[in-house]
Formats: sequence, C-alpha cells, structure tokens
Amino acid sequence: MAYSDKVIDHYENPRNVGKMDAKDKNVGTGMVGAPACGDVMRLQIKVDDAGVIEDAKFKTYGCGSAIASSSLVTEWVKGKTLEEAAAIKNMEIAEELALPPVKIHCSVLAEDAIAAAIEDLREKRGEKTESAA
Amino acid sequence: MANLNIPVYLDYSATTPVDERVAKAMHDCLTLQGNFGNPASRSHVFGWKAEDAVETARKNVAALIGADSREIVWTSGATESDNLAIKGAAQFNKRKGNHIITVKTEHKAVLDTCRQLEREGFEVTYMDPEPNGLLDLAKLEAEMRDDTILVSVMHVNNEIGVIQDIAAIGALTRSKKILFHVDAAQSPGKVAIDVDAMNVDMMSLCAHKVYGPKGIGALYVRRKPRVRIEAQIHGGGHERGMRSGTLATHQIVGMGEAFRIAHEEMETENSMVEGLRDRLWNGLNDMEEVYLNGDLEQRIPGNLNISFNFVEGESLMMSLKDIAVSSGSACTSASLEPSYVLRALGRNDELAHSSLRFTLGRFSTEEEVDFTIAEVRKAVEKLRELSPLWDMFKDGVDLDSVQWAAH
Repeated sequence: MAYSDKVIDHYENPRNVGKMDAKDKNVGTGMVGAPACGDVMRLQIKVDDAGVIEDAKFKTYGCGSAIASSSLVTEWVKGKTLEEAAAIKNMEIAEELALPPVKIHCSVLAEDAIAAAIEDLREKRGEKTESAA
Repeated sequence: MANLNIPVYLDYSATTPVDERVAKAMHDCLTLQGNFGNPASRSHVFGWKAEDAVETARKNVAALIGADSREIVWTSGATESDNLAIKGAAQFNKRKGNHIITVKTEHKAVLDTCRQLEREGFEVTYMDPEPNGLLDLAKLEAEMRDDTILVSVMHVNNEIGVIQDIAAIGALTRSKKILFHVDAAQSPGKVAIDVDAMNVDMMSLCAHKVYGPKGIGALYVRRKPRVRIEAQIHGGGHERGMRSGTLATHQIVGMGEAFRIAHEEMETENSMVEGLRDRLWNGLNDMEEVYLNGDLEQRIPGNLNISFNFVEGESLMMSLKDIAVSSGSACTSASLEPSYVLRALGRNDELAHSSLRFTLGRFSTEEEVDFTIAEVRKAVEKLRELSPLWDMFKDGVDLDSVQWAAH
C-alpha cells in the first residue's frame, strides 16, 4: 500500500515525541487503543494558567498512519484552548494526511486521544465534565 | 557492492524469481521456431515434440517427490491442486463418510475449500497445532473416526516454515484407510520428499516457490493403491480426465526444469541458505524482547519469523523500505486481525502484530543479510523510542494488568 507524502513525512520525522510528568497538575494524559488491536496512542498536553495548550507530546505503537495521526495532532493542539482542541474532528486529520478508508480508525484514535487527555486534565483540576464533546 | 541488491528481496516464501535456466527453457516453447505445438495434437510432429517436452517435465516433477510420472496431474497452481484434491476426494468418497480433518494453520486454499465442503454437507475438524506449530499425532489420532475420509495437512507452513512429520501422519492415515492429502507448495527443494515412504495419497505442488513460473502447478495422485477423485474442471479429458484444458507447454517445461534444478542443487543450496538464515538470526537475537515464532529445528532453512515486541509490524516494514519482507500484522487489512497462523500457535495478539517474516533463497547474499541486520536494528530502536508500550515495559509496568480500551 502506498502512503501519502504527509504520512511518510510525519512517520520519518515525528513531531513532539516524548513523555511529560503525568503527575503534573497542568499535564493531561490520554492513552487510547489496545496492544491486541495493533495500536496504542499516548497523547499528553500541558496547559498554561490561561488554559491554553503550550506543549504536547506523544508516543504511539501502531502502523505508520497511527504514528502520523498522533504526530499531527500534537502540532495542531499547541496554542489552542481546550475547547478548540476538543473540536478537532477525525475527518480533518484523515483529510490532512490523505488516509485511505482502512486507516480512518487511526484518525478516530487520535481524536479519542485528545478527548482522553482533556478529560484527564479536567478531572485533575476538579472540573468534572461529563463530556468534552 | 556487487552482492548487495537494493531493495533486498527477503520474501522467497511469497514467490521466487524465475531461474535464468528455467526462463530459457520456457522461451524455447513459445515461438514459431520453438516448441509451440499442442501436446494433445496426435497427428503431426509439432504435437509429438510438445508432448515429449511435457512428459520430460512430468518425469522431473515426479522424480523430486519419489513418484511415478503417471501420477502427476498438471494444474494452474497449488490453490487449484488443493481444490481438486480435497473437493475431488470428498465428492468421490462421500458414500464412505463425510468427515474431514485439517489444521487451523493451513493455507487459505485448504481452509476455504473445507469451508465450502461444509456448506455442501461435509463435517470438518480444524485442529489446533502445538505452540511450536507442529501437530500432536496422538491428538490427530483421537480425532479420526469411522466416517473420516480425508486428512489434509500441509508439509511446510508458509508463515513460520515449520515442517510437519508427514511420514508419521501418513503411517496413521494408511493404517486407518483414510486418504491423506499434503499441501506441499512450500517444501520442494527444501525438504526431501518421498510420497511412498511418507504414505501420501495426494500432494499439491507449484512452480513459483521453486524458481519456476507462476500459473503452473501439479497434483500428485497415487496409483497404487489407486486414489480416485472427481474432476473439478471438465472438457477434453486431458490428464486422464482429472483436469481438462490444453496443456501450457512453456509453463509445464518451466516447472519441470525448476524441479530438475531443485533436485540437483537442493543439498548445496539448503546449506548455503541455512547459513545465511542463521547469520540473520544471530544478528538479531541479542536484542531485547525478540521472539522466534515456530520451531527452530523442525523448520525449512530459509525461514525466519520473528516478533519484535512493542513494535508494530506494519510500521516496522515501513521503516524497512529497502527490504522486502512480509508481516503477520493485518493492519493493512480492514479486519485488524493479526495472523491467524500465529494466533493458532497461541501467540498473543501483541506478538502477532509485532511479527515479520524473512524468507531467504537461492540469490540471497551475506551482504544482503548484513544490510538487513543493520536496518532492522535501527528501525526497531527508532520505533521503540516512539512506543508507549516500550516505555511502560521499561518502567516495569505489566501490560497484561492494564485495562485497555479495546476498539
């Protein structure tokens, strides 16, 4: 299967790979997927006092499209408020990376990872929200 | 470097390049100046010459498996041979019984044929192999019943390269008067075959895994004691009525030449390939969390199936863009189901998703193996740096204790 140039670029030069202190109260961690399914994404976001995402890191176990999807969202969420980040939809990710139909689930996983990271952060800060969406 | 051809081809179990000697022999059977006649033409020299070439090829194929040339039926490949053998024997013998036994790690050409027979009213038992990929004979015997008419077991597994004990299974089926079919698509030229000593009744063969062309195969059908099957393709009554259709002289000659070469060069080739395979394994097995899938001893020389834990197979292949290998991960398909063969061995899904199959062959070189070792090590290291599972493993987290949100 041929990958798009953007997938290859993110795969070969993944942005923002790393790990932040999950105990930091300004850090939200979202881990989605399962090893048995062949992909696991861990997305971490760090917000400043104004609630703007100032940093994002990821690590992903999965195919090239999964790695590219998570790399891309770390770029996209930086500088956004939590609400703006939560509004990122999987189809935007899929379109940007030109994912074929069998790889759409990678973009869904990336959207889920953002939601999970935001929820973790809100829980830590005592903001009990039902759903970010 | 002369001996390093990039991209490196390490997928010999998928198919092999045609040997130059084979290509030459085939070429001589195509044009006006060549041996182009219809082997079924009885009235002129063009037909007789073509028939001679076909019969020489038949002898060469028979010789490699210890058969008589009259026991070889030409087909389009191993898939057709499997269909002809299994459906043909089941349909011919349905008055004797309707139970068939096979194994979960068989090729789809066998499994899907059995599924079709289930729809036609036959009952099929799909056995689990042991964790090393081999069949437990006591368990096989326990599955045999009075109405069992056919046992179908592959000789060499295409994914993990393990070799089943065909002779022992054959002794068992013969003593119980059950027909025994062997899918031997992967074994000619790699493992010695003697259909008489092994008590095999039918054997599927193909050319393109043995440096012959695609689109040609054969089914061995035993004459003594005679095995009878229902034809699946009807027409001019070629191949003693078992498989109609004009014989493809150039394809058949190619298969014959490929089998002749395999027979002649098997020993030297296998020791060369095994040396390279061991060199590859030794270059990788000192890495952490690397597992060999399938038995190492009961295995063909050219196969290495390895799981690189915490790295997903498809992304690993993406990193190895200068190396042609295949993966047991099915992330490329919509199902998200990893290799059914590795799962049948009891490998967990993570390890199945993390597997790569390297298969070496006649034209592999030391330089290619060394290049592959370096590339694989680099890629695995890079992807583990990217892997949250590797992080957790290094932090001492037991991944089985984590509640994963399966999707």
